[in-house]
Amino acid sequence: MSTSTPTAMKEGLQCCEACGLLSHPASGAEEGRCPRCDEELVFRKKDSLQRTIAYLVAASICYIPANFLPVMTTITSAGRESDTIMQGVVLLWSPTGWPLSLIVLFASIMIPSAKIAGLLYLVISVKRGSIRNNIQKNRLYRMIDIIGRWSMVDVFVDTFTVALIQLQPLMSVEPGPGLLFFAAVVVFTMMAVDSFDPRLIWDSASSTETEKEVQHA
Amino acid sequence: MADASIIACPHCDLLQRIPEVEPGAAVRCPRCDKELWRHRRDSFNRTFALTVAAIILYIVANTVPMLGLNAVGREAFTTVTGGAEKLWINGHQIVAVLVLFTAVISPALQIGFLFLILIGCARRRPPAWVGLLLRHINFTRTWSMIEVMLLGVLVSLTKIAEYATVIPGFALFCLFALVFLLAAMQSCFDPHEVWSRVEWAEEEARNIQ
Repeated sequence: MSTSTPTAMKEGLQCCEACGLLSHPASGAEEGRCPRCDEELVFRKKDSLQRTIAYLVAASICYIPANFLPVMTTITSAGRESDTIMQGVVLLWSPTGWPLSLIVLFASIMIPSAKIAGLLYLVISVKRGSIRNNIQKNRLYRMIDIIGRWSMVDVFVDTFTVALIQLQPLMSVEPGPGLLFFAAVVVFTMMAVDSFDPRLIWDSASSTETEKEVQHA
Repeated sequence: MADASIIACPHCDLLQRIPEVEPGAAVRCPRCDKELWRHRRDSFNRTFALTVAAIILYIVANTVPMLGLNAVGREAFTTVTGGAEKLWINGHQIVAVLVLFTAVISPALQIGFLFLILIGCARRRPPAWVGLLLRHINFTRTWSMIEVMLLGVLVSLTKIAEYATVIPGFALFCLFALVFLLAAMQSCFDPHEVWSRVEWAEEEARNIQ
């Protein structure tokens, strides 16, 4: 590109995250607020990378007990039987139930780990100032944002199974300790996505461009 | 910044002018491909109609039983809230609150906020509280997970069907319809139009800009 790409930050403008209005930052120590909608104004989300990493670490820690502790305990006259998420997937596998089994496998095990890995990749590439495949990185961010919510599926599965199977003394189902950790993974990853500022992906692209221009001049 | 059609892409910060496009067409960022704006046909009326329908369905879906079970001569029914209540009783208060928040409270806020925004927009210059609600509508959208819950219900139905006869309640069908209504409601709604008309928090700043 011959001319530098105009971004709001280079022009000294702050884009309101809520309503999109562009305005000049407030002067002095006073915290800037959007004149239209009163939202706090910042050039980039505050401590975006640090907060994203913190949530990712929290999610990764919870991911382990979420997968190894039982999420559900079935109590029958024959005794107690506890199932982890993976055991639940295996139990669902049958000639008729296999599509649902695959959905749970995908939503509960693959999506959370893919989210953590994907966001980690984005954070690292921003830290290293890499500008390769930026469009794909933005697409990746949007995809993580859209599919992330589906990992809540297993929380709902357990909720309604527990709510319905209360046929004491014949059979009843109780939620297991893994459920809390699993819900925490979902919430932490959603918060990590929210903390990440996709504009950071492009900031290093803009700055290398400026450097090149300086060299040419 | 006299020109309101200049915006910064929320995903890559590129400054650009939003061109006029035909109804139904979308404007995308040339740098990162983010959809910036879609010209919706008759946005206000369509969104309003869908929102009213969503309110009715939401109320029905949360009052009548959603799932029933028939086993060894016993019947059990539950509503959405009932599911969260059972978790609370079983000592999973945090997860119970999360379920209640994502399946009951957030959808209510999402529908309610949009309804109030549209009512406020009936005025020529919508009051500032419309902006306040609009500012938070994305949050309610992120955490409103009725479609995810329905998939979860479907899976648990399959699990339970092994042991007992499952009776789908009327609320289940309402929720199914509500998923489509909510999606249609959001895609018909044009926040840019509302923002361009709303009364500013600092009204005097409007004239300077």
